[in-house]
Amino acid sequence: MTLFKHELKQGRNALIIWTAVIAFMLGTCIIIYPEMKSQMSEVSEMFSEMGSFSAAFGMDKINFGEFLGYFSTECGNVLGLGGAFFAALLGITSLAKEEKEHTAEFLLTNPISRSKVVLQKLISVFMQIVILNAFVVGITALSVLIVGEKPDAKLLALIFLAYFILQVEIAAICFGISAFIGRGGLGVGLGMAALFYFLNIISNLTEQAEFLKYITPFAFAEGADIITNKSIDIKYLSVGLVFTVIGIIAAFYKYGKKDIL
Amino acid sequence: MNVIKTYALTKNYGKSRGIIDIDLTVEEGDFFGFIGPNGAGKSTTIRTLLGLISPTGGRAELFGKDIFKQKEEILKFIGYMPSEAAFYHNMKVKDVIKLSAEIRCMDCRDEAKLLCDRLEIDTEKKIRELSLGNRKKVSVVCALQHKPKLCILDEPTSGLDPLMQREFYSILEELNKAGTTIFLSSHVLSEIQRYCKHAAVIREGRLLISDSIENLGHTKAKRVQLRGTDNLPSLENVRDLKINGDTISFLYSGKPDILLKMLASLHLSDVNISEPDLEEVFMHYYEKEEK
Repeated sequence: MTLFKHELKQGRNALIIWTAVIAFMLGTCIIIYPEMKSQMSEVSEMFSEMGSFSAAFGMDKINFGEFLGYFSTECGNVLGLGGAFFAALLGITSLAKEEKEHTAEFLLTNPISRSKVVLQKLISVFMQIVILNAFVVGITALSVLIVGEKPDAKLLALIFLAYFILQVEIAAICFGISAFIGRGGLGVGLGMAALFYFLNIISNLTEQAEFLKYITPFAFAEGADIITNKSIDIKYLSVGLVFTVIGIIAAFYKYGKKDIL
Repeated sequence: MNVIKTYALTKNYGKSRGIIDIDLTVEEGDFFGFIGPNGAGKSTTIRTLLGLISPTGGRAELFGKDIFKQKEEILKFIGYMPSEAAFYHNMKVKDVIKLSAEIRCMDCRDEAKLLCDRLEIDTEKKIRELSLGNRKKVSVVCALQHKPKLCILDEPTSGLDPLMQREFYSILEELNKAGTTIFLSSHVLSEIQRYCKHAAVIREGRLLISDSIENLGHTKAKRVQLRGTDNLPSLENVRDLKINGDTISFLYSGKPDILLKMLASLHLSDVNISEPDLEEVFMHYYEKEEK
């Protein structure tokens, strides 16, 4: 587990910064809720008049007068996008950075098999995602206590679970890509996270684009749907899990026989 | 026992040439030099032996074990020093050295301390603060601290100052005397000549020759120097002809009696016929064959 620990150490600063920023923004959103609540009736009216714009962000199905409605939209933007970028960053750099920094020669000439390297790096990526989410959940719980709201804990947990799976999926796909590219690839990772986000927005806009929901993990992490259905949409989720598994298998397969130049 | 043995080892990078049909044998306890110009395939051969790249043809064994199937087992006994001494740049030197030992699940603190002292390494510095030479020194420690049976060193002395080079080679010689096999690639022919027992020359992906340093120097060619003439009568088997004022110098690889007959017909103030320098022999391999 030496490499696993080493990876966590290497990623420590980035993890602290991302976690702090996301947790701070989520916390802030919750703390200002009581003030927003008083204005919410007007806001809800405004959103309902904005038609497809509201639909794009899933805000047409949500009652902003309720805490969960407000939270799931904020959550969608802060934790959804922030977490997705962080997961993409972790995944895409994990294997590729060794070749970019020329440390692969140092690492892979130790008596450790390629599959063990991939496995330990993969676990460290997931571990960092777990740490980020655990901290964010903690800060959310604390903030909710401070403002004195009592949201449905099960629904709140479902929303967090959906975002966690979303991050895992994006990290796994990027991890798979990471095995193929030799240098950097940061743009590919962040671009993909952004693309998934916008695909979901497009799929919300028109029914013809609904098939896009099968591609983007933001579809099963749509807070409005989770609150309405009281569950995560299993058909989008299962496609996401398939992508996750493909990403991981691709990483093991490719990195196992890759030429390190 | 053969420590390194390759059978027609070939690596093809798509269109560009890698290495072609390399048959290399290095015996246990050898101090082996691997020579060749830039891009000849030295690093490709080394990386293939270490399992960093997979061969497209042939096979290779280290310690009698297949480099692919038993890679992990083999790597336990190898210390490798890459030509680019790159490490995690935000780590401290001591942490890199520790990491290297920990991945091997070994405690190498005593040996590491010894090596760091001899090479005058400041272990509190961060990798990114180090010059190439200092990174090379860290690389030496990482390659040697676990007391490997075989050291594979890719251009180890580039970037080291002359004093450090000498210290480095004295460490290698001590290890070699204790039974460690040393395999190193280098451009510096004088180094090879001074320290190595055997050497192989690679050019354009092919192994040209592999022999003991003594035999390599022992070629049929003689270096002939003539003084007192600026005009050489036509003579076959002459290479590397240099005319400087009234002095003529060339490498002669024909029959001696023909040379002597020709020399007898000249009016010379001085004649010198000697074995060529090893360096000259190597240079001959470096340069493209004339047609």
